[in-house]
Amino acid sequence: MATKSTAAERAPAAAEPGTLVLVCVAAWAVPGAAHWWLGRRQKGIVFLIALTAMFAIGLSFGGQLFAFELREPLGALAAVADIGLGVPWILAKVMGYGAGHVTAVTHEAGNTFLIVAGLLNSLVILDAFDIAMGRK
Amino acid sequence: MTSHLLILALFSLVVSTVFAVLMRDEPREQLKAGGWMFAAFVVTAVALGWLMYPLPL
Repeated sequence: MATKSTAAERAPAAAEPGTLVLVCVAAWAVPGAAHWWLGRRQKGIVFLIALTAMFAIGLSFGGQLFAFELREPLGALAAVADIGLGVPWILAKVMGYGAGHVTAVTHEAGNTFLIVAGLLNSLVILDAFDIAMGRK
Repeated sequence: MTSHLLILALFSLVVSTVFAVLMRDEPREQLKAGGWMFAAFVVTAVALGWLMYPLPL
């Protein structure tokens, strides 16, 4: 029978600052990697598939990966959100994706998918941090 | 894909999946929470869409 485990019964926390930084960097770079590392493999796989798919769908919809320019504050905020996805964002930038097709019907939907994928990964990073601290 | 409803459903599916997995630990609870969130996303968006229908743009 499956029972809920309390924080005290779970794996001991990786409370050392260096490990915490590595957990956060891993969580940022590859969605779900930190959860996999911390033993939450089911969660890690779901995050990897869901967030990477969301990012890919956003690109295929003609979404734009915004550049960080303070002259355009909303664009800068969108850029910060986009960067939240780590390696997929770097790969897309390097490979020249994310220029955005402003005439595509799905352009705005694509932007939304890209931005929300990055923001959701930010929540995943915070969750991994809490697990590493032994709070969850 | 150009159907707004399908895009809405796809978006809702991914977001509710991630939220459910973040907020719940047991697979059964994740499925239940994700299903409720997905339904809430879609029903709320369609309801708001109809409420805004008379408004001129």
